Amino acid sequence: MKVLNYTTSYFAAILLVIITVWAGIFYYAMLDEIYDSIDDGLDNQKGLILQKLAVDTSILQKSGFDEGDYSIIKSVAPQYKAEDRYIDTMMFMQNEQDFEPIRMLQTGFYSHGNYYQMQVITSMVEEDDLVKELLYALLWLYLGVITIILFLNNILLKRIWGPFYHLLKQLKNFRLEEPEIEVKSTNIDEFRLLNEAVQKMVKSNISSYISQKHFIENAAHELQTPLSISLNKLEALAETVQLTEKESELLVSVLNNLERLTRLNKSLLLLSKIENRQFLSEEQVQINALVRTSIADFADQLEYSEISVSLVEKNTVDVLMNRDLAVVMINNLIKNAIVHNYRGGNIQILIAERKLSITNTGKNEELNSGLMFTRFNKTRQSETSIGLGLAIVKAIAELFNFDISYTYNDEHIFSVIFGN
Amino acid sequence: MKILVIEDEPEIRKDIVKFFAEENYIVEQAEDYHTAREKIGVYEYDCILLDIGLPGGDGLSLLQELKSENKNGGVIIVSARSSLDDRVTGLNLGADDYLSKPFHMAELHARVKSLIRRKSHHGSSIIDINELRLDTEQRTASVNGTEIQLNRKEFDVLLYLAANKNRLVNKSALAEHVWGDHIDEVNSFDFIYSQIKNLRKKLKDHHTGVEIHAIYGVGYKLTDQ
Repeated sequence: MKVLNYTTSYFAAILLVIITVWAGIFYYAMLDEIYDSIDDGLDNQKGLILQKLAVDTSILQKSGFDEGDYSIIKSVAPQYKAEDRYIDTMMFMQNEQDFEPIRMLQTGFYSHGNYYQMQVITSMVEEDDLVKELLYALLWLYLGVITIILFLNNILLKRIWGPFYHLLKQLKNFRLEEPEIEVKSTNIDEFRLLNEAVQKMVKSNISSYISQKHFIENAAHELQTPLSISLNKLEALAETVQLTEKESELLVSVLNNLERLTRLNKSLLLLSKIENRQFLSEEQVQINALVRTSIADFADQLEYSEISVSLVEKNTVDVLMNRDLAVVMINNLIKNAIVHNYRGGNIQILIAERKLSITNTGKNEELNSGLMFTRFNKTRQSETSIGLGLAIVKAIAELFNFDISYTYNDEHIFSVIFGN
Repeated sequence: MKILVIEDEPEIRKDIVKFFAEENYIVEQAEDYHTAREKIGVYEYDCILLDIGLPGGDGLSLLQELKSENKNGGVIIVSARSSLDDRVTGLNLGADDYLSKPFHMAELHARVKSLIRRKSHHGSSIIDINELRLDTEQRTASVNGTEIQLNRKEFDVLLYLAANKNRLVNKSALAEHVWGDHIDEVNSFDFIYSQIKNLRKKLKDHHTGVEIHAIYGVGYKLTDQ
């Protein structure tokens, strides 16, 4: 939920409670005032009637309300009540043809040796009408206030939160490879602080990312020379000295590991070069031709491992990319399909509309596709694998905006969807 | 044959010089830009091994100078920057070959030999080892005029081993040379063994007087004894 709507919904709920409570209090306060004023009126009328009685005793005969608003009934001592009583009651109204609420003052007086009971009435507000009117008025008020809040939110808050949403958008599109964060200037302290904090964080992240990248590159570079020297010396040693089988075994093990280190180093260098975008030249690369070449290059290994390859070319796929990296990508994918295969297995390569998919037999279990393309992932353990082949493929795919995916359907399927 | 090794790393320079001296080349060395310039100015070399990663980045300017002076000798760039793009840059600047560190001596040797073969006008494309004759242009092997049927890879293996005659050739150096860089992780080079086995048999059947020895776990050696 957006922060704007969030505040609005809170306002709506709070307003509902406040207005309801207020309506109750207001209603009773108003009713109280109405009674007060009506009762005063009745009291005044009673006084006027008693004054009139002093000069005109005929009104003592007025035992019904008829056209007037009072009645006087002769009473007897035991029932006589002299005190004033205000009563809410109903009376049939001719104009409305219905019983309507009235307010009645009951009182008694003593005149010319007789006790009389007197009732004075006046029309009372219809409470249900009052409640209805009040309810409608409040409903309109409520809706009006909510509308105004929504309106203000959308205009005012949107403007206030502008820098925040701008920053959010920038962060959403942020990539370490293209570190561009541009903020909107704002007078609001919180947003200014947020902008500054984010910029600072991004800056430090980028600088540590770059220094890490350089470190890998430099470390790999610096390793080349000692590796080179060690390999050469060991080869010289193997050549000049007559070694026993034991010694030979040790030497071979050292050699193999040094070579593995060399491959690792080369791959790391290649990876960092790809990520540093140092392969600038692009051309239309014919994927079909490269795949065929690659299969031919691996022919001996395929034959040795008794792995059969079938190539289906449904389309001719030309892709705008760096040629060397295209070769690396295709070789790595095919190599991957060979290394993780078994003797007598097979590889099916399909080239379709903007797509290259390589399916290979292998271990009968699905591999973790999330880890598949990460560096040094050894889910597919192989004694000579250094675990960078697919990471390199992914780096190349990302560089040229290709989609790369892994699926398992009894066989392992790697697909590249060429973007552009 | 005269070679100039321009390399700032003393250990590597020493190894290269020693290796080529053993192969009866006349080897000179230069550890920096100035020494190298002096030597290039005075002498002619058949082949120059140039580390373009010289301190100060003078390697490439040295290459440009060399090319502008129209020297005859071939240039092989040796670089710690194993980038594919750098290779292109180096070759565009007029280098004849490019080798990235770390490299096997056997590979360097094969490259030097191949370069010298290509560069010398009077040089022949024929390599004779005992009865075996390799024609690097026609890409054929023969014994006393009888051709030995070799497939492309077998010929490459034989040529590479012949270029490093009587030297131990590391199997991964051989594999990378013949099958390319992408070979590295595949099958631990087991399959090379089967290729060598075929080759050995053919060499023996044709009485070439040339043998390929397997040196346990390390590699192979072609001998003419």
